[in-house]
Amino acid sequence: MWNQGSLRAQRLRAAYLFMLPGMTFFLIFYLYPLIQALQISLYEWSIMPGQDSRFVGAANYLRALRDPIFWISMRNTVLYTAVTVPGQMILAMLVALALHAIPRWRVLFRTLYYLPVITSWVVAALLFKFLFHSQSGLINYLLVDVLHLSDHYIPWLQNPETALVAIMTLGIWKGIGWSMVIFLAALQDIPLELYEAAALDGAGRWGQFRYITLPMMRPTVIFVLVMLVIGGFNVFLPVYLMTGGAPMHRTETLLTYMYNEAFNFLDFGYGAALSYMLAILIFLLSFIQIKLLRRPMEL
Amino acid sequence: MVANPKRQIAEVAVLYLLLGAGAVATVLPLLYMVSTALKGPVYVLEIPPRFIPERPTLANFIEAWNSNNFSLYFRNSAVVALSTTVISVLCSAMLAYAFARFEFPGKDLAFYAILFTLMIPSLTLIIPQFMLARALGLRNSLAGLVFVYVAMTIPLNTFLLRGFIEQLPRELEEAVWIDGGGYGTIFLRITLPLSAPALATAAIFTFLFAWEEFTWALTAIDVEAMRTLPVAIATFHGAHLTQWGLVFAASLIAIAPVIFLYVMLQRYFIVGLSAGALKG
Repeated sequence: MWNQGSLRAQRLRAAYLFMLPGMTFFLIFYLYPLIQALQISLYEWSIMPGQDSRFVGAANYLRALRDPIFWISMRNTVLYTAVTVPGQMILAMLVALALHAIPRWRVLFRTLYYLPVITSWVVAALLFKFLFHSQSGLINYLLVDVLHLSDHYIPWLQNPETALVAIMTLGIWKGIGWSMVIFLAALQDIPLELYEAAALDGAGRWGQFRYITLPMMRPTVIFVLVMLVIGGFNVFLPVYLMTGGAPMHRTETLLTYMYNEAFNFLDFGYGAALSYMLAILIFLLSFIQIKLLRRPMEL
Repeated sequence: MVANPKRQIAEVAVLYLLLGAGAVATVLPLLYMVSTALKGPVYVLEIPPRFIPERPTLANFIEAWNSNNFSLYFRNSAVVALSTTVISVLCSAMLAYAFARFEFPGKDLAFYAILFTLMIPSLTLIIPQFMLARALGLRNSLAGLVFVYVAMTIPLNTFLLRGFIEQLPRELEEAVWIDGGGYGTIFLRITLPLSAPALATAAIFTFLFAWEEFTWALTAIDVEAMRTLPVAIATFHGAHLTQWGLVFAASLIAIAPVIFLYVMLQRYFIVGLSAGALKG
């Protein structure tokens, strides 16, 4: 009896020792900031140490709802997600289906399509800024001098609408490879017998895709969708580096607006409230997507 | 049901054509970056743009590396990314082992806290993290970057490794236990070696995250000597708006280790992706 008790104590001690280093980092630099962000968002936060911050309740949140720039950044964030998520998924699915169908060079093509994914966001954003440059950019050169689709150089990044087009092009270009690799892996997991059986039943290409490929890939497609929507709402770096929210906050997204409010205008309370609203929004969206799309027994 | 072979060959040919066109469109921007980095400063803004530089030169690379301190930024990035990787993967493996093999009060709570944070945008934390770093004297230090990166990568790594360790057979662990080995011995001699593939995947993604991270490094560091590559490249671009050749030479220096890792360890990338590596 004594022996058993000591063994139990020994196991408990071991478990907590194994937890200790990781939990220390996690609690101090992740969970504590997460809770403190909520607290800051309820204050008119004074950034000077020693000065009192004033509790204002939900005022920072209500301010966002009346703030026109908040709604511009919300619109841009939603637009970015609504365009880049289907864009990435459809193109990635097409590439994956094509790669699955060819007999040779699959790894070569997969590597080429994956290169943008392993290019860092900072480099990719600067590269696209260069490509969409109003005077010497490759895009303007192609449109005006090669294809003659436009009779003048377009100031892509100076105009809010065209700037968003450039940013979304980057988002799609950079993201296709990620979804493609996951789709391709899922395609390769579908048993060939299913296709053979369907072919015997007289199903054509489209029928096989519609009744075998898509249903078999459903969990993968949902996973990619949920992850890409989270990524879309988190869009920050391309906007921050390509336009910085300019002109006049017209290309701002939720996170660039939050970052500017916090670190350029030092309004920590408002910034924290903005970031908490985004976190709640993403949480709800992911929850709704999984609830709506998954069938019982999945995920 | 026998397919017409001629039609089949034509279809495959069309697929190759489309895939080739897509691949060209995908790679073209990157090639243009390489070619710009190889041009002398005068030729960068040329119209019509050239893909093959007239007189290719490595001057931009040499200047970025020597005169513009990119060797220092490279070293900072390497120190930060390697330290983050070692600490985060080790801590996560220990956490995962505890979650997979022990029962203790608070286990579910700790695990759900970690799972929950996987859904939180990391920029939500940046304001309090900034205040914390300031209070602890961690601003303008590489350690301040490493501690935050470790905390931010622990959730996904722990989740990934717990799933792997749970599936390992217990017999070997029991054999060590019977031979008088403690839990530390079991973890070091059995669990870690058997988890090598999962550890490799976790290590790659942690390294990439720390190597590429921009926003926290921008926020936490004001001193030039402590900058990491992504911040240095963006700041350099901000200061010399027209020096694209230098910016892209520095960018290629920053990407080179990543491409090398990818080419060497491709299969771990593919495995890790399905585990959900988008966060960050």
